[in-house]
Order: sequence, then structure tokens, then C-alpha cells
Amino acid sequence: METLPHQEKNKTKYINPYFGGVLMGIVLLVTIFISGRELGISGAVRDSVVATANVISPTAAKTSVYYGKFLKDGHHPMDNWLDYEVLGVILGGLLSGILFKRVHKPFVERGPNVSRTRRLVAAVIGGILFGFGTRLGRGCTSGAALSGSSTFAFGGVLVMVILFASAFAFAYFVRKLWI
Amino acid sequence: MGPIAINGLISANLNLVIAVFLGMGFGFVLEASGFSSARNIAGTFYGYNFVVVRVFFTAVIVTMVGLLYLSYFGWLNLSQIFILPTYLPSMITGSIIMGVGMIIGGFCPGTSFAAVAIGKIDALFFAIGLFIGIFLFAEVYPLIEKFYLSGYLGHVTLTDLTGIKPGWWAFGFTVIALIAFWVTASIEKKVRKKIKEYKF
Repeated sequence: METLPHQEKNKTKYINPYFGGVLMGIVLLVTIFISGRELGISGAVRDSVVATANVISPTAAKTSVYYGKFLKDGHHPMDNWLDYEVLGVILGGLLSGILFKRVHKPFVERGPNVSRTRRLVAAVIGGILFGFGTRLGRGCTSGAALSGSSTFAFGGVLVMVILFASAFAFAYFVRKLWI
Repeated sequence: MGPIAINGLISANLNLVIAVFLGMGFGFVLEASGFSSARNIAGTFYGYNFVVVRVFFTAVIVTMVGLLYLSYFGWLNLSQIFILPTYLPSMITGSIIMGVGMIIGGFCPGTSFAAVAIGKIDALFFAIGLFIGIFLFAEVYPLIEKFYLSGYLGHVTLTDLTGIKPGWWAFGFTVIALIAFWVTASIEKKVRKKIKEYKF
């Protein structure tokens, strides 16, 4: 079957999802056993925003109510455990992509009834909302929903349930993006 | 006894090196399971692909049960691990916003990074959006700080809140997961018959 322009280019077989879940659980378990921490992502994006602000305007960043919280002790805002971990996430994704031959020339994957431009605009808007939400939610799907729920944290279960329910409730209104 | 970094059994620098490898494991599983495709993720909410539910719930119950075993063997002190704090109003609001962001953008932060790694431009745009969103949050933070910090319950677990032991919670989540796997599989079977152009 020929690949249509909007479709995944090298859609090779994925691993069994239950096996993937077991592997993900083991990675999270080892993370907790070694470092006592969660597997987060959005905290590292925050660190990069703080670091950028600190480069552009160091004095404004240090006196800012929000950035100032992360610039108090003088060490580099991106010298955190989480930032090293997220570097690994990108490397790990690439490794899997190479191994399963899914790495391809840059392209835009999208639903069958949406233009490339519309898909990219939606991606940015979705990212902006998600990014903003992570700060209110104290983490994203990885750090709050997955790691939080797995460690029996009430907040984790709260984020998991409401995040998925919200996406489900809103899905009807943006169905043209996907189906 | 774990967590070994907190108890000084490995150096702080080694902990950072290990962080890269743990992240690699996480990124590898995300990509290998198909989370590097926004269409696979969005499928959860239109009924044509429930890979997210399968991987996510399996990971949660494996970790829950694993933590209980490690604690039971005396290898891990659960009182030393990080427990996500709860701030009711802001976390509820944040989760609603994240859910809307996920269905519009097709990714969450971790999956967008794994997708950027294999060449997805849509994921790159989502990641740029994340950066902008957090920047906007930092800019409006002084206005919403009171809301951000309101309704603080502490670093509470399900057990703190209900008195029900973690073992029962793990059991309950396992039952819910098994039901969810079964229900979603039958929904998926029906919906996939109607969708012709999506390759599974």
C-alpha cells in the first residue's frame, strides 16, 4: 500500500503495548529505586525557559517572582537531574527510531482531512495550552499522571483522571483534526 | 537501601549520569510503543487506537506492585520517595487545560520529544508551544500566585486520604485496568472497521 502524504512514513511494527507497559513500569521503578524521583518532562522545559530568561535579561529574571524561585542558589538552572533525564528521553527515542527503522526525513504527520498548515498551527496551540497547564498541574502526563499515580499520590490520580476526561470531552469539537 | 541516591550510596554526579540512561529507557519505550505518532495518541479519544491506555495502565500497575514488593523486602524506604503534592483548584484547572492541549496538539511533552527524535515536524511545533506556554505562565504568575498556591493538601497519598492500604489500591487499579483493556479492545474492533486509510 502506498503511503499518502499525511501518513506516517515508515510505520514499522510497534512492540506489544502490554510489553511496552511492563518495560515502562520497570524503568519508572528503577528510577524511583535509584533516585527517589519521578520521570518528568515538563519540569525540564521550565528549566530551559528559566535559563533562556536568565540569559536574555539576568536582572529581570532574578527579580521575577517566578524565575527568581529557580535562580536563588546560583547553580545553573538547567543543571538538574530532570534535565539530564530529558536529554536521555530524546536519545532513547532516536535509538528506538533507528532500531525499528522509523527515523525519516522531517515531515508533518496529520489526520486525513486537515492541511499541513492547520496541523502545525494546532500543534503550537496545543503545546502552548499543555505547557501552561503543566505549571498549574505540577507536572505533565509523565511526572504527574504516570509517576504520581504509580506512587499512590492523590495528586497524580487527580491529574490522570481529569486530563484524560478533559481530552475526551473536548475531542468531539476538534475531530476534523484527526478523523 | 533505596532510594540509593538519597541515602548516599552513589555520588550526586553518578546520579546525573544514571539520569541520562533512565531517560533513554523511557524515551525508547515511548517511541517503540508508538507514542511518537500523534495519530496513535489521538486515537484513544476517537476509539480507533487504545495503545496509550494499554501502555499507561500496565506501567502504573507494574510500578505500584513493584514498589510494594521492594518495600516488603526492605529494599526501598517508601517514606523517602517523592510524592506529588496536591493543590486542588490549580491542579484541576491545569489538568483540564492539559487535556484540551493534548487533543488539539496530539502529544504530551514526553511523547513530543520522542517524536521529534524520529523527525516529526508537528511534534517540534508542539514542543515550541510548550516552551511558549510555560513562558506565558511565568509572565502571568504574579497575578495567579494566590490561586496557584490555594487548596494545598500536602504531599498526600491515596492512603493518607482514605486510610485504605496501598495494596488494596494496587489491586483496585489492576481490576480497573483489566476491565479497561477488555472494553477498549472491543470498541477499537468496531471503530477500526469504519476507518480505511489509517494503517495499524
